[in-house]
Amino acid sequence: MEAAVESRVEETPETPLREFWRYFSANPGALIGLGVVVFVVLLAIFAGAIAPHGPAENHDDAFLLPPVWAEGGGWNYPLGTDAIGRDMLSRLIYGTRFSLLIGCIVVAISMTIGVAVGLAAGFFRGTFDILVMRLVDIVLTMPSLLLAIVLVAILGPGLVNAMIAVSITYLPYFVRVTRAAVIGEMAKDYVTASRVNGASILRLMAITVLPNCMAPVIVQATLSFSSAIIDAAALGFLGLGAQPPTPEWGTMLADSREFVLRAWWVVTLPGLAILVTVLAINLMGDGLRDALDPRLKR
Amino acid sequence: MLRFLFTRSLLVIPTFVGITLLAFLLVHSVPGDPIELLAGEHGISVERHTQLLHEYGLDRPLSIQYLRYVGHVLRGDLGRSLITHAPVVQEFSQLFPATIELTLAAALFATLVGLPAGMIAAVRRNSVFDHGVMGAALAGYSMPIFWWGLLLIILFSNTLGWTPVSGRISVDYDIAPRTGFLIVDSLLSGEDGALASTLSHLILPAVVLGTIPLAVIARMTRSAMLEVLGEDYIRTARAKGLGPLRVIGLHALRNALIPVVTVIGLQVGVLFTGAILTETIFSWPGVGKWLVDSINRRDYPVLQGGVLLIGTVVMAVNLAVDLLYGVINPRIRYRRS
Repeated sequence: MEAAVESRVEETPETPLREFWRYFSANPGALIGLGVVVFVVLLAIFAGAIAPHGPAENHDDAFLLPPVWAEGGGWNYPLGTDAIGRDMLSRLIYGTRFSLLIGCIVVAISMTIGVAVGLAAGFFRGTFDILVMRLVDIVLTMPSLLLAIVLVAILGPGLVNAMIAVSITYLPYFVRVTRAAVIGEMAKDYVTASRVNGASILRLMAITVLPNCMAPVIVQATLSFSSAIIDAAALGFLGLGAQPPTPEWGTMLADSREFVLRAWWVVTLPGLAILVTVLAINLMGDGLRDALDPRLKR
Repeated sequence: MLRFLFTRSLLVIPTFVGITLLAFLLVHSVPGDPIELLAGEHGISVERHTQLLHEYGLDRPLSIQYLRYVGHVLRGDLGRSLITHAPVVQEFSQLFPATIELTLAAALFATLVGLPAGMIAAVRRNSVFDHGVMGAALAGYSMPIFWWGLLLIILFSNTLGWTPVSGRISVDYDIAPRTGFLIVDSLLSGEDGALASTLSHLILPAVVLGTIPLAVIARMTRSAMLEVLGEDYIRTARAKGLGPLRVIGLHALRNALIPVVTVIGLQVGVLFTGAILTETIFSWPGVGKWLVDSINRRDYPVLQGGVLLIGTVVMAVNLAVDLLYGVINPRIRYRRS
């Protein structure tokens, strides 16, 4: 009995990061997701070195060549070429840059503004809170892609405007999640203690409360990252997002739609790239949620 | 209970104001002069231009213009298409049944497959079936549906030749539009094979549109079912010697359904969004394709009216779901009243 108590005392407590990793790494799906995401990030960084051809280089002698394993394909263009003789593999590799960029920028914009507004709403309550939440309810009534389409119609088509439009449609989710977490934390003793100690409002908000509200925000950020990739690709597909010849996956799909019955690879591969990337991020997100959500810990 | 119904219904007013404001600002932020847009390439004299500006009320302050716009909207006047010159409301009401037919079929597919799949996955927790369903659901949830549609066209229309590529019915049939719902109309027409043709056109778009809701419903049903199966009253029911079918199908399902019904209701927004993409892929003549076409043709009255009408429909359905939720879930009913 005594030995057991002693050994417990001697054990150094697990750091939060190690605890998080223990839960996260117990989930095989999350690890696979993480692996794929790391792979995609590496592709994006080293696209220039890995891709066999340039993304906009067209080869007059190679229109709609099939991939290497199909009849008529060759190693020169391992995944075939599109209708104007551009190498599919190279375009897909360069496409990772756009998808990751879209995810990062959309999440950065909507998370920064959303967390700030949600923090203020949960902290000050009152009229400001009511106003913000009504606004959030209104925006959430609109289907997000419809809202994004309207915003792009206002701002004009293009990759930057598509990212801004998608960011705006994701804002309310961050506001909601942050506000709920802040209200939950505000009632706790440590906040009162800090307040009694004379912490300023800014210190209370940013240093005392905010770090304890980050778990749901991080989960929301992962979900938004993958949705942003799909939504921006959907806008690209409708001709409202990135414009050709940008090797953005959704735009590539839209470009090659007319060849759907003749050359399956020009349609199948960009979509597969979107699916694999999004699926990997979602798998990772599930693992993050399980590892960060204290209610699920046993 | 009444208070809950009342306060929830009141929320419709600011939401509606928000939607009209969005639709109004949409057209007003478009670069270019609306009068010159109407006049076309011929141009217009300066006097006539000022006169028209005054006639359309475009020389008034923006706030007055907005109030006038809301006045028109409340009277059901959403303007005319710049291309076809038909009233926007009339075009919408002609195309809307096609979208309803598609979304209903998709919702039906998603529920009929998702509900049992989620239930079985919960009952056989950690079995191969469970892992398979959850893996498929995650893939479905991550699916870019515009690509999924093209993929199914390649497989079922091109390779296997089972289903048509686009449209609502084969051109061989000339069905008089009575209800606008082609399934009903083709049944009423009594023509041989008309219904079969309608259904074969409907099935692929419905599956594509239903994929994401299917994934969401399966996941939600599984987790709701798992929660309920752990409750004491289920153990009591089992201890009383009730068969597993009765315990799961009757005792557990009834309580597990509460969150699932909400989720199904909330998928309406997802379905309308998806309809925009699905209709574009399959050339389905509904309001989603109409809206995308209006952007490409710069037909702003149609875009403005379409956004307003679709937003209003989604708002109404969300309201109905919330109210229904209050009615079927006693916990909400009693806590809020």
